[in-house]
Amino acid sequence: MVPGRAKAAALPETCATATAAGPLQPVRAVKLVPLPLYWSHVVNETGNIVPDHFNEMFADGQVRPPYARLEDWVAAMPAELRSLKQTEAEALFRRIGITFAVYGEGGDPDRLIPFCMFPRVFSNSEWRRLERGIRQRARALNAFLVDVYGRGEILRAGLIPAALVHRNAAFEKAAVGFVPPRGVFSHVVGVDLVRTGPDEFFVLEDNCRTPSGVSYMLENREIMMRMFPALFRENRIEPVDHYPSALRRTLASVAPAKCDRDPTIVILTPGHFNSAYYEHSFLADLMGVELVEGQDLFVEGEYVWMRTTEGPKRVDVIYRRIDDAYLDPLCFRPDSMLGVPGLMDVYRSGGVTIASAPGAGVADDKAIYTFVPEMIRFYLGEEPILKNVPTWQCGKADDLKYVLERLPELVVKEVHGSGGYGMLVGPAATAEQVAAFRDRIVANPGNYIAQPTLALSTCPTFVEQGIAPRHVDLRPYCLVGERVELVPGGLTRVALKEGCLVVNSSQGGGVKDTWVLAE
Amino acid sequence: MLSRTADNLYWIARYMERAETAARLLEVGARIALLPDDGHGYRSEWDSVLRASGTADGFARKYGDPVQRNIESYLFLDRDNPSSVASCVTAARENARIVRTGLTTQVWDALNSGFQEMRELERSPRSELDLGRLVDWTRRQTAMVRGAIDATQLRNDGYDFLNIGHYLERADSTARLLDVKYYVLLPRADFVGSGLDNYQWSTLLRALSAHRAFHWAYGGEVTAAKIAHFLILNPQSPRSLLAAVQGLNAHLDRLARGYGRSTPAQTRARALLGELAETRVEDVFEEGLHDFLTRFIREVAGIGALVHEAYLSGDVR
Repeated sequence: MVPGRAKAAALPETCATATAAGPLQPVRAVKLVPLPLYWSHVVNETGNIVPDHFNEMFADGQVRPPYARLEDWVAAMPAELRSLKQTEAEALFRRIGITFAVYGEGGDPDRLIPFCMFPRVFSNSEWRRLERGIRQRARALNAFLVDVYGRGEILRAGLIPAALVHRNAAFEKAAVGFVPPRGVFSHVVGVDLVRTGPDEFFVLEDNCRTPSGVSYMLENREIMMRMFPALFRENRIEPVDHYPSALRRTLASVAPAKCDRDPTIVILTPGHFNSAYYEHSFLADLMGVELVEGQDLFVEGEYVWMRTTEGPKRVDVIYRRIDDAYLDPLCFRPDSMLGVPGLMDVYRSGGVTIASAPGAGVADDKAIYTFVPEMIRFYLGEEPILKNVPTWQCGKADDLKYVLERLPELVVKEVHGSGGYGMLVGPAATAEQVAAFRDRIVANPGNYIAQPTLALSTCPTFVEQGIAPRHVDLRPYCLVGERVELVPGGLTRVALKEGCLVVNSSQGGGVKDTWVLAE
Repeated sequence: MLSRTADNLYWIARYMERAETAARLLEVGARIALLPDDGHGYRSEWDSVLRASGTADGFARKYGDPVQRNIESYLFLDRDNPSSVASCVTAARENARIVRTGLTTQVWDALNSGFQEMRELERSPRSELDLGRLVDWTRRQTAMVRGAIDATQLRNDGYDFLNIGHYLERADSTARLLDVKYYVLLPRADFVGSGLDNYQWSTLLRALSAHRAFHWAYGGEVTAAKIAHFLILNPQSPRSLLAAVQGLNAHLDRLARGYGRSTPAQTRARALLGELAETRVEDVFEEGLHDFLTRFIREVAGIGALVHEAYLSGDVR
């Protein structure tokens, strides 16, 4: 903090972060809407409920230490320069080709995810704690997968209902009785986190299959470094650009038993019409591996081969970005054109490693999520470092009753949904929407879970009027192979609409660079 | 490299060259159409352009009579015509997007910005799109892509596949442009050697941007024999069939050396080169220009099929 600078000492916790003396446009005050009703809230004089969100930059009118040097940076950036930089950033994204492709909706098929230049910052000690918690979780989830596809100890111990696992749509019978190399099912675990206070972090959900978005983590950093080199000289920011080589090392460490040489790794994509195609090709490029489609691979003898201009080349590790159901038409969906016939036979006989392993999805199911703290205690004998969000299973009669009574306060999700679709954010919904959702829950309670509406933390974000707090979450990527490691950072998603709690890109969310400061 | 990647690279180059051919064909047609009607009342130049480009049937189905404006639309903007400039530019760019990381930033930029500009063109009123502007635009775009490839691409097998595509398409394209002459003259064989005939020949040179080069190389009167020599047999002419087949052979040979394995594609390409090197322009006319060109186009297509089989299909063992 620069001494002598006038501070907006009496900033209400919900309001803008612009300093009073700064050249920025004054920010429109956050509207005091009677809803949302958050977990914790205060009521102001007029009886309106004021959301009491943790602002990651400001606390008690002071700038929190990790953000200390960003204050001057923002103050020294007039609106014109900011919009110039924003345009430059977008041009860079387009030029590099970082878009997600949306076909069949008309308009430009290449869309940009909105990028906010205001970074999100973690102190080193904050990050160390998160890191320990995430690694712990990744280890427990993998132990769980080995267990449920093996002896099923946790089910026998009665800690998790067997039906929840065995009748789960993501449970793969074809994976039973096979332990993948090093006992790793999920090689990249994406743990979605939200923050509600200085030390309160909650896990929203786990992603054990193929969490996406890591290319944004890398590119957001790349673009920030290009545009604001001075920021990186002034702040000591841990680098993230070794992620692709770490991923490569992780995948090489789980080469199959039959591989007796430097393993050949490929990334398997559904193809260039997939919305995440850019990420697939970007990762393949940075890892120095081939990006293949199902048609490029075939099974012969006991191995998987890829078709090259010099003849067949054996493939040892497949980092797949397609769902289980499409992997092998002989084993799963017979109509799949994306997969490789016979792949599962080779996999089960130790001829190839598939990452994530078929069946890994059963661990990140929203119904299983509730039990992750139990898994940590059961397999690791440790207390969970990261908390779960309290979750009600609508399938249970008591929970259902509770949920239906408090529907306008809760967030209700489909057990198998993703991308922010098919969910109800009670406090933000109209009475009709709540009523309609109630009918859907009653019709099929087992398909829904409910959670309290969390007071998600906010981070200063560039908006049209200047700078305003917007809700953020965080997805770090934990690599599991010979070692369990994380690069210091992750993808911060930000809900650009005021008061909006859903950060998914499909719901108008943006992204930010995420910094972890060095000690 | 992956066969599919090689295939994408190969088609990027083919599509860009094809886009250029469509534009140059349009130019030939427009130039010939500027000739005063000689009173015979039969103007087949547009029809011949369609025939030479192999799109006559598709056009007839969609538009019927060959009217210049419709032909311009069909060869330039029409997505129903897979050989139109718009289709080719889009297909080249989509192939590039698939192998984005196998291309340098400059090559991608050239292909991508060309595609974005094409979308702009498509949005502008048709009345603002005169033929000259469209042809110039296409020539500039294709030159930019070609230049970026030459200047920046790594000289690995991918570079060879780009070039094999380029030279195969160019061989095919020059042969087709030459063939327009045949179709134009088809109804009136007695035009051969007349002033009209010479005008048509020099139009062809113009469309190939080779007018000045021709004079450097030959000088004097423009004659059918000189032009045929220039466009078929002269290795100095960058668009001659011989030059294209030489380029094709050079890159096929590089591949064979790099992979330590030769395929029927090399054998057949070498045979074609040997034949062309021995051919005299009298031989061409003796065989008949159209027959010679038809045979040549078929031969080039045959080599294309062998390249596909040996490298691009992924079926090689």
